[in-house]
Amino acid sequence: MSATPILSLKSVSKHFTGYRALDDVSLDIYPGKVLCLLGDNGAGKSTLIKILSGFHAPTSGTVELNGKAVVFNSPKDASEAGIATVHQFGGTFPLMSIGRSFFVGVEPTKGWGIFKRFNKKLANETAVREMQSLGITRVTDGDRLIGGLSGGERQAAAIARAVHFGANVLILDEPTAALGVKEASHVLRIIMQARNKGVAVVLVTHNVSHALTVGDNFAVLIRGKKADDFAKGQRTREEVTDLMAGGEAMAELEAELATLTGAIPIVE
Amino acid sequence: MSHTTTNSTTAPTKTLAGSITGFARRPEFGALIGALAVYAFFAVAGGAPFLAPGGSASWLNVASELGIIALLVALVMIAGDLDLSVGSVLAGSSMVLAISSGYYGLPTIVGILLAIGFGVGVGVINGILVTRTNLPSFVVTLATNFAVVGLTLGFTRLLVGSTAVSFQADPWAKFLFGELIDGKFETAIIWWVIIALAVGWVLYQSPWGNWIYAIGGDVVSARAAGIPVEKVRISLFAGSGFAAAFVGVLQTCLYNGSQVAMGQSFVFNSIIAVVIGGVLLTGGYGSPIGVILGTLTFAIVNQGIYYTGWNADWASLILGILLLIAVLANNSFRRMALTGGDTKSKGKK
Ligand SMILES: Nc1ncnc2c1ncn2[C@@H]1O[C@H](COP(=O)(O)OP(=O)(O)OP(=O)(O)O)[C@@H](O)[C@H]1O
Ligand SMILES: [Mg+2]
Repeated sequence: MSATPILSLKSVSKHFTGYRALDDVSLDIYPGKVLCLLGDNGAGKSTLIKILSGFHAPTSGTVELNGKAVVFNSPKDASEAGIATVHQFGGTFPLMSIGRSFFVGVEPTKGWGIFKRFNKKLANETAVREMQSLGITRVTDGDRLIGGLSGGERQAAAIARAVHFGANVLILDEPTAALGVKEASHVLRIIMQARNKGVAVVLVTHNVSHALTVGDNFAVLIRGKKADDFAKGQRTREEVTDLMAGGEAMAELEAELATLTGAIPIVE
Repeated sequence: MSHTTTNSTTAPTKTLAGSITGFARRPEFGALIGALAVYAFFAVAGGAPFLAPGGSASWLNVASELGIIALLVALVMIAGDLDLSVGSVLAGSSMVLAISSGYYGLPTIVGILLAIGFGVGVGVINGILVTRTNLPSFVVTLATNFAVVGLTLGFTRLLVGSTAVSFQADPWAKFLFGELIDGKFETAIIWWVIIALAVGWVLYQSPWGNWIYAIGGDVVSARAAGIPVEKVRISLFAGSGFAAAFVGVLQTCLYNGSQVAMGQSFVFNSIIAVVIGGVLLTGGYGSPIGVILGTLTFAIVNQGIYYTGWNADWASLILGILLLIAVLANNSFRRMALTGGDTKSKGKK
């Protein structure tokens, strides 16, 4: 890989009162590429993302943006640097309207001085237009509440927001976890659209198929350490599956499961 | 504030039925039904005296004093906090005014500014304690409520040697804050309208409104979106402190004096009014119009009972039941709001 990374982690560790959630992890994130972050539950994926998005400061090591060391003191610093994050839980406001939540923190106004006021019409129209451009055509009313959208539509709203505000880096923590097959593929398509626009995407997922479908590069975390790091096509599906299970051979686990249930394991 | 049909991409046109169900999904819908129902009930049970100007004045006066506090407590609650200190702040600031301008004879304006400053100050302290310690605001403001009661009682006895202080406001202050219009209607009603307009502006027209909803909806995401969460929460506590102090000033000017024990009924009454008005106890949802309607409902029940000839004790029973109904109704209205246009799927999820 000859291109220069837009965002890098250099020997980053994160300790939570005696617990090493991340241990000496280095990682490069490239524009126009999807980096899949894989690993078992508790491996440290969300922790890594929270460092990239300014929620946590690393205990040691540095974050580099375009080759220069940066310190994000708050999520706001990171988002001003063009890093948009859709977190694993929440990230949208269920009881706010689509238009209002789209512009939280960057409200468009009209009028002057003390008559300056929230431009609801512009907010609603922009939010709906951006969602429609990502293929969510069922959403036509910016006054609808976010909580009334389906899981996929909510993810799309969050991604549309990031794309609209010109994110260079889009970080998604398990965006497809709660979604049905159709909605998940929708979200994957949106991810590819962002990638093709030159956005660097970091995707956390537990789903091997999703990872292999959209990933250009892969990094595997096992108990806070980077266990492997490879590009598309360098590992077989079985190897990736085993790595995602934290390095244990899935075939053995499945065989054990089969003896417990008396069923024959389904081969994908 | 209305449901405007804005964007051209709207495929299914909004029919009349659509806008009616659209209105039913708004947070103030339940509160409107409640207010109309209790008004109709007491109009029948209370008859002509309730409907006469004197009857209207009795519940409007109660509503306006409570309403000023409820509107700003509602902002605190929409942002996901509670303020239980409004009762003692009301009493404390009233005493500040009565002691400084009544007992020590300072100009009325000085006493009023000190009283308002006292209320805002307690609010800021609440806000700082809540945001710095991350303790639930329920506990923090409960503590300040007690602390300020003690402070007021202690200092009043120390300085004045009694628990009641009389005070005669200057004519201008009496006219602005403590007049009875037509011998019946408190000037508080006009202040309530002004403050309602201001709160409505903040919530719907200024970016602050968006921030308040976002903080109440999901404080972590709100912070991630760059909202100055601490600043907003502290300001909202300062706002409810201001409202309590302002009502303290109104009452002191109206009743020509202050008593240390006043105000405590506002602590729970304001929360009742806000919740009947459709504000979600966990934050993130609610509207000022709903809060106004909730306050009116409360005041109509509270005062209407005197026109029925029944024992006034029953008012509390009715309010208790109304509160329960309101919470239940709010839950289902919110579910309806979340299901969007699809009314068939309501009840699911
Ligand atoms: N704020 C915190 N304080 C203490 N420990 C934490 C904190 N955040 C995370 N941890 C711990 O760090 C480890 C890694 O957590 P993390 O959320 O990064 O896992 P993950 O890889 O995202 O898992 P999952 O796939 O289940 O989302 C876990 O053991 C977790 O308990
Ligand atoms: Mg995680």
